[in-house]
Amino acid sequence: MSDDLLVKIRGLKIEGRSDDKWNEIVHGIDLDLHRGEVMGLIGESGAGKSTIGLAAMGFTRDGCRISEGTVEFDGIDLRKASASTRRDLLGKRIAYVAQSAAASFNPAHRIIDQHTEAPMIHKVMPVSESQQDAKDLYERLRLPDPENIGFRYPHQVSGGQLQRAMTAMAMSCRPDLIIFDEPTTALDVTTQIEVLAAIRDIVEQFNTAAIYITHDLAVVAQMADTIKVLLKGDEVEAADTRTMLSDPKEDYTKSLWAVRSFAPPPKPAIIASETPVISVKNISASYGIVPVLFDVSFDIHKGRTVAVVGESGSGKSTAARCITGLLPPSKGEILSNGIPLPGNYRKRNRDQLRQAQMIYQMADTALNPKVRISEIIGRPVQFYTGLTGTARRKRVEALLEQIELDPAEYYNRLPPELSGGQKQRIGIARALAAEPAFIICDEVTSALDQLVAEGILRLLDRLQRELDLAYMFITHDLATVRSIADEVVVMKSGKVVESGPKDEMFRPPHHPYTDLLLSSVPEMDPDWLTNLLHERGVENLGDAAAASM
Amino acid sequence: MSGFGADLFRLVLKRLGFGLLTLIVVSLIIFGAVELLPGDFAEEILGQGATPEAVAVIREELGLDQPVVTRYFSWLGGALTGDFGISFGNQRSVAEQLGPRFANTLFLALVAACISVPLAVGVGILAALYRNSIFDRLANITTLTSISSPEFFVAYILILFLAVMNPIFPSLSNVSSGLDFGTRLERTMLPALTLTLVVTAHMMRMTRAAIINLLASPYIEMARLKGVSPARVIVRHALPNALAPIINVIALNLAYLITGVVVVEVVFVYPGVGQLFVDSVKIRDIPIVQACCLIFAATYILLNLTADVLSILSNPRLRHPK
Repeated sequence: MSDDLLVKIRGLKIEGRSDDKWNEIVHGIDLDLHRGEVMGLIGESGAGKSTIGLAAMGFTRDGCRISEGTVEFDGIDLRKASASTRRDLLGKRIAYVAQSAAASFNPAHRIIDQHTEAPMIHKVMPVSESQQDAKDLYERLRLPDPENIGFRYPHQVSGGQLQRAMTAMAMSCRPDLIIFDEPTTALDVTTQIEVLAAIRDIVEQFNTAAIYITHDLAVVAQMADTIKVLLKGDEVEAADTRTMLSDPKEDYTKSLWAVRSFAPPPKPAIIASETPVISVKNISASYGIVPVLFDVSFDIHKGRTVAVVGESGSGKSTAARCITGLLPPSKGEILSNGIPLPGNYRKRNRDQLRQAQMIYQMADTALNPKVRISEIIGRPVQFYTGLTGTARRKRVEALLEQIELDPAEYYNRLPPELSGGQKQRIGIARALAAEPAFIICDEVTSALDQLVAEGILRLLDRLQRELDLAYMFITHDLATVRSIADEVVVMKSGKVVESGPKDEMFRPPHHPYTDLLLSSVPEMDPDWLTNLLHERGVENLGDAAAASM
Repeated sequence: MSGFGADLFRLVLKRLGFGLLTLIVVSLIIFGAVELLPGDFAEEILGQGATPEAVAVIREELGLDQPVVTRYFSWLGGALTGDFGISFGNQRSVAEQLGPRFANTLFLALVAACISVPLAVGVGILAALYRNSIFDRLANITTLTSISSPEFFVAYILILFLAVMNPIFPSLSNVSSGLDFGTRLERTMLPALTLTLVVTAHMMRMTRAAIINLLASPYIEMARLKGVSPARVIVRHALPNALAPIINVIALNLAYLITGVVVVEVVFVYPGVGQLFVDSVKIRDIPIVQACCLIFAATYILLNLTADVLSILSNPRLRHPK
């Protein structure tokens, strides 16, 4: 079987440069990949998945270097090979599909010109032939108008289409190996499914070997023959997909698998006569002259979580901007405990402002990196509650304890000294500092790893029960909705298509769009994608998705 | 495409309108500043023999006795129709004197641009390709040194090496309309080289920085992972996306080639606008000074407008809307 072995990595150690010294970030990885095999590399951020994936191409990013070990591709030692030998392999026999196709296509050139570049420089086929081949590949990947779509510029094509065009580009020289680096992470669930199916088909058709890097277990279950779990640059365990899913050996793997099982106890029914904390009534809004929200209404009750779901561009965040007064609605009104709020936040008084607080998706950019935690939380404490001096300090410390961070250790820290999950906790504490009745959580867990995200969800749930908070939870992740929402609002193109209690929403019959959303969420069952495609009719997957919208 | 063409046309029209407005404001400032110059032409020309009567006669002849506002509007009205008035110095029309001089200055600027722009962009690309190498450092040091030295100093150094020690080019650039192109070019070479040394640094460093700025982009990494050679990565993948800032710096420096030539023209006795400008300031020949300033301002505005349009054209998002 040795001639069947395509990639052989032994004792791979990689160092990254930070603070003027080299730190080891990958600590000795072995990896064998056979022809036609698809291997899933999974782990949280910082596990070294992408670094290892790139190293399998003999490539390291600036500021990284391979310090030890061997990387062999089809018998060629990539570490010892010259730069030009490696260049001859890249694009021709080893190809790469990046996470964000929108960023990885050159904005200055047409898609097809980028497609034909590798075949041209590697002298695999002439440009005219490669163009024809590109059109064939576009057709196989079910891109609309395969004859002409390549002659567009990247910004003229949607994200899901670009991701497929990038897969086609990787195929342009019919490589032996493709590295897929989180190719669907940036996509909506409904788009993701098309790309997943396209990738899987084409990899099967050409018997290409692949390394599929992702943090999403359900996705990797659909794509990979074998799975390797990584943690902080070390291998945790490796096995074939079905074994790994049904019988994980290591505790860490089990904990990854268990994340999706977080299910807080249900809450008692809403008292119908109770005035909602926030009531959105027939809101319409527009950005300039472009209308983005149409007649949106929903209520949020004390101690409840309303999840607002939908694809990007569906108006979820715009609705939140209307509630906070950042975008005054053109029609309709927002009631706080039954009393109308001014549309513009500038016209709201301090108490009205206090009512609605926000937690943001990117904790990184939502916290000023030059301001200490004591000040980040202390300022809203002073602004909204008037506490100063020792009283203010005591309140900040109490808040830190509420978010499970030790005040003694974190009071004087700066945001860059915190991990992603800790930053998000500070974001929560800042919202709590105003002692609000209602908090808008805008995709608060989508930038976090699953284990960390689960911790944040547990914290939010506990705070809700202790403080009787109402949440508006904006998300595109239906697994999160399933675990923490009480009610669900489904939005599409600026309209509410369906809303109601969670249990009803997850039970058929659904609105066709809700159905499409729900059925598109990958499940841990390795046969899920196959079955789903079968149900929807493999041949016209794109049409099925389009028709049901 | 037609929609884009119409949009671009509207934009150019709008910019031209703003440019005209700027020119009018500039004309006000020029006129005001010249008014504030100490001394006046009549006194200057009469020298020691300036009796109040003689001064009054000359002032009346030249219309200097009119109120400021009247003089401004009659000058502006003339300028808009291409009539910049009559030179105080020799009673010839300003346009007639300025015309050939301006052509000479344009020729000098053109020669300097033909050398400096390809040189700066080429060296900039090479410096980006071989960044942090000896070549990169050498290019940076050389261009920085030349931009940091005063122009007249650069000019004299060039005269020393290229005219005195190795008599390749003449040190005096007395071009006239009767010369054939070759001789003219030869005589223009030294001032053109001086200007090249002065403007190259800025353009070269911007080209290098704009390209290096893009090298961390995902699409550059993608190009490398397709096996594209480093030179092709820079020229085909980075450069087209770095054009907008480079074009803007080039436009700024081209404008300098026309408006900043004063010192260089004086050193080489080159018969361009700069020479004329300095001479006219000396004798308070106000109509010529004003016309020169207005031409300089118009050059700036036109070149910047061109840069804006070219920047837009270099952006595929604007050239090919969704």
